[in-house]
Amino acid sequence: MAITDSEVKKAAHLARLALADEQLEVYTRNLSSILALVDQLQAVDTTGVEPMAHPLDMAQRLREDVVTETNQRDRYQAMAPEVENGLYLVPKVIE
Amino acid sequence: MAWETVIGLEVHAQLSTQSKIFSGSSIAYGAEPNTQANLVDLGMPGVLPVLNRKAVEMAIRLGLAIDATIAPRSIFARKNYFYPDLPKGYQISQFELPVVAQGHLDITLEKGESKRIGITRAHLEEDAGKSLHEDFDGQSGIDLNRAGTPLLEIVSEPDMRSAKEAVAYLKKLHALVRYLGVCDGNMQEGSFRCDANVSVRRPGEPFGTRAELKNLNSFRFIERAINYEVERQIELLESGGRVVQETRLYDPDRDETRSMRGKEDANDYRYFPDPDLLPLEISPAEIEAVRADMPELPELRKQRFMSVLGLSEYDADLLVQVRELADYFEAVAAGSGDAKLAANWVNGEVSNTLNARDLDMAQCPLSAEALVGLLTRIQDATISNKIARDVFAAMWAGEGSADAIIEQKGLKQITDTGAIEAMIDTIIANNPEQVAEYRAGKDKLFGFFVGQAMKASKGKANPAALNEMLKKKLEG
Repeated sequence: MAITDSEVKKAAHLARLALADEQLEVYTRNLSSILALVDQLQAVDTTGVEPMAHPLDMAQRLREDVVTETNQRDRYQAMAPEVENGLYLVPKVIE
Repeated sequence: MAWETVIGLEVHAQLSTQSKIFSGSSIAYGAEPNTQANLVDLGMPGVLPVLNRKAVEMAIRLGLAIDATIAPRSIFARKNYFYPDLPKGYQISQFELPVVAQGHLDITLEKGESKRIGITRAHLEEDAGKSLHEDFDGQSGIDLNRAGTPLLEIVSEPDMRSAKEAVAYLKKLHALVRYLGVCDGNMQEGSFRCDANVSVRRPGEPFGTRAELKNLNSFRFIERAINYEVERQIELLESGGRVVQETRLYDPDRDETRSMRGKEDANDYRYFPDPDLLPLEISPAEIEAVRADMPELPELRKQRFMSVLGLSEYDADLLVQVRELADYFEAVAAGSGDAKLAANWVNGEVSNTLNARDLDMAQCPLSAEALVGLLTRIQDATISNKIARDVFAAMWAGEGSADAIIEQKGLKQITDTGAIEAMIDTIIANNPEQVAEYRAGKDKLFGFFVGQAMKASKGKANPAALNEMLKKKLEG
């Protein structure tokens, strides 16, 4: 299966990856060859096979509902580019 | 031809755990910004989520209460989108295999008949943080305390046909989650949030295109937003337009819904199984352990209150709305041995006083034993119902037990017939005109004499004894 230029652009936009026009052709070709491999896999008859959600054949371990973390805000905020009144500041996200 | 409204609801119920769904941070409401956001919640590289057992148990609890299937194996998935209050760039949710599937809830319609609303699924997920857009001059402030708070998203079938049915379903679900102790139901704090999918069609035709309404944080707003949206869609269709599938925000100040533009891409979430989390497996034994720990559900409890304790449907219905209230009532009913008297007092003085002071049942200063102490004194005719209300107010104010207050204020009912007789003789002697009129046939004056006697005894005369004696004396 081949992927089109516009699909690659959309995928890049959704992943917030900046893609220069000259890179588009390479990515389209590479992704298309990956999808060709997927096509081969999809040709296998998987009737009766349960889809695998995780490569490890184990079940999720659960933790008890206990508060174990203490307030380390000052240490985390020392790493942040900008903070004010305890809030992390980011470029404004709505008009 | 008429239009038919079709509504499906998505409820996000915040689970009443102590810690977050995938980390050991507290989820207590109202903390200083970012003081409950640790490395996992901040989405730092290299951290791993570990699932909270209690959140899973609560999901099972809700699933059992709505008669749903509990998945023996369910999968966590990443829902990918970018927003600053979602630090990882994805929300951990469940997609293809949710923990709870195919349940239902029965609602009561206005005319009293019952309607079954299907519940497609309920899945576990984490909440995002909060963005504050004001006050930061071209920037947004991010508080990640809420990031990672456990949510159960409960998705209904498009089974509701009016805003009233939608509200009936939500109120029922709201009461249920509180009853089960899985969610505190606080809509102001966002613990119980609702999105509504609304469309219209001609009866019998396929579903119309739907709009998703957001920002519905009270039952009243939900009803108004749906009614507005239905009118908008009908007007649009009747004037030859068509409904666009979109997300619309309800504005309570203007009482209208508005399109949220620029969200065309938003629904491409590219879900895939989260490699950080293994499949969640739930054994039949674990399900049975949760079932054994379930409280009696409101509907069954209501039926029992009616059939075993002989309460009216009205009283029973009021009592089961809040679990703590029903528990309290049962303790008072058992202690006093009179369920109807207990129901009258719990639905009456207790509920009214709590409501008047804007308190909930957990804040009730009067224990069930204390109320039983008061009711016992009504039952043995030490005090009348009227005096009991005064004693109740004093008990509420912390002045002591019923017996102590009755003793201290000298409220003991006068049952001594000699004392009542002497009092009535005085009243008859002092009011010869009224006595004559009464004897001439003006029956209504009986109330006047009762009033005089109650005044003279400061309300303490036993009403039954008083009435009997008064009648006898007046007839001469």
